[in-house]
Amino acid sequence: MKGRDTLLLVIILVTGWQLLYWAVGEVALRSPFDTARLLVEMLKTPRFLPHVSESLMAFAEAYAIAVAIGLAIGVSLGASRFAREVFEPVLVALYSIPKVTLYPIILLLFGIGFPAKVAFGAVHGIVPIALFAMNAISNIRPIYLKTSRVMKLSHAATFRSILIRAALPEVVTGLRVGFSLTLIGTLLGEMFGAQRGIGYLLMQAMSLHNMNNMMALTLLVILFAASANAGLLFVERKTNKHL
Amino acid sequence: MSKIGLVRTAAIVLPVGALELLCRFGTISPITIIPPSEMVRSLYFILLAGQYQADITATLSNVLVSIVAAMLAGLIVATLLESLPAIRRIFDPLFATYYSVPIYAFYPLMIVLFGLGDLPQIAIGFLLAVMAVIINTLNGLDRVPQVLIKVSRVHRLSYLKIALQVRLPSAAPYIFTGFKLAVAYSFVGIIGAEFITSSRGIGYQISYAYNNFDNRLMYPLILLVLVVVTTVNMSLYVWEQHLLARRRT
Repeated sequence: MKGRDTLLLVIILVTGWQLLYWAVGEVALRSPFDTARLLVEMLKTPRFLPHVSESLMAFAEAYAIAVAIGLAIGVSLGASRFAREVFEPVLVALYSIPKVTLYPIILLLFGIGFPAKVAFGAVHGIVPIALFAMNAISNIRPIYLKTSRVMKLSHAATFRSILIRAALPEVVTGLRVGFSLTLIGTLLGEMFGAQRGIGYLLMQAMSLHNMNNMMALTLLVILFAASANAGLLFVERKTNKHL
Repeated sequence: MSKIGLVRTAAIVLPVGALELLCRFGTISPITIIPPSEMVRSLYFILLAGQYQADITATLSNVLVSIVAAMLAGLIVATLLESLPAIRRIFDPLFATYYSVPIYAFYPLMIVLFGLGDLPQIAIGFLLAVMAVIINTLNGLDRVPQVLIKVSRVHRLSYLKIALQVRLPSAAPYIFTGFKLAVAYSFVGIIGAEFITSSRGIGYQISYAYNNFDNRLMYPLILLVLVVVTTVNMSLYVWEQHLLARRRT
């Protein structure tokens, strides 16, 4: 049932794409079939793969940093009511500012190159991960903590068998949202200040009006983001059910 | 001021003060960051001179168009989907995946489709904002008490009247959350798009100043964006609290 719905959705989206292609023509779009073919061709070119691995490396590093810092902030704010009330509005405000405007500052601090895109990706991911983790910790039902006290659990045991388990589903949601935003951040970072990577190629295709590359790269990014998201959603549903 | 407010202010003022000192004593060179006080002063003169009036107006009006369009489209789509469960179920995975796709990747396409004017930026802002409205509105419509729907059926209200007078007002708090996100996303999308390519707007001017190493211009403009966006978001937050308080009584 669920699989059929997803298939139907994909068919609808691809049909919509094809119709749009027929409407606007070769100048602005490529057909779904052509795009898939171009992407396969592109993946076969030896010059292309270093760009992919560069982007993946930058993204992996950015995400690792975002998770580490985000969870550290989230857990420490979630544990203290006072700290939460002080910093929550600050985090929410940080979440909603357009981070692109901060990119020049990051470029000035890190210089053009690999560290700048990692930093920019991480900046996007930290806040959502921290916000979700904070809410997860502070929403743990007090009765769980009381039980642990009654049972005289040690700090380590409370953390392991109560805090982590109760907070996990929401933390995983944060990790999923953070994943997408870190990806966007890393790609954006590559679009402005880089000589390598998918974002750079996208920007290059855009300025040369290379429709073929533009479509193939967009498809690649969407496929990667959508499948990663589907995987994380699956994990999220599992942890929810587990509870 | 409460203790919380005091600590919060300190947590913001102290780092800014430290930055000011580091810049003034030359630990951080003005090539990297100019002192915060300098940013404020420059911003004041920039606003006074009014040379960026056209860019500021362009960005703000584009954001406004994007918000209005996203709210209208989002509310209509969500109301329709709510009454067509079969179609909604098909699109559910799309809602869950939507924000994982970097919308900026579509920006080149938007430029090809809409040309080089304001439309591609508005389209990016709209695409980012509209899904937040749809998701939150659906969320709210799901929570409309069944009894309200039954009462309106008993009164033989038309579909449109039920939607406008019962379901949407009842979902208002959730719609407001969607509205808040739509505002934030519109700013993010439009300023980001201006950064990538455009010929005017605050985002364009920041990237132009950056490319020319014009820190005295770039930092004040960045500050302007941060101040405007934060003020808008915070006022919406206060307004929401006010509305919620009224609703409870």
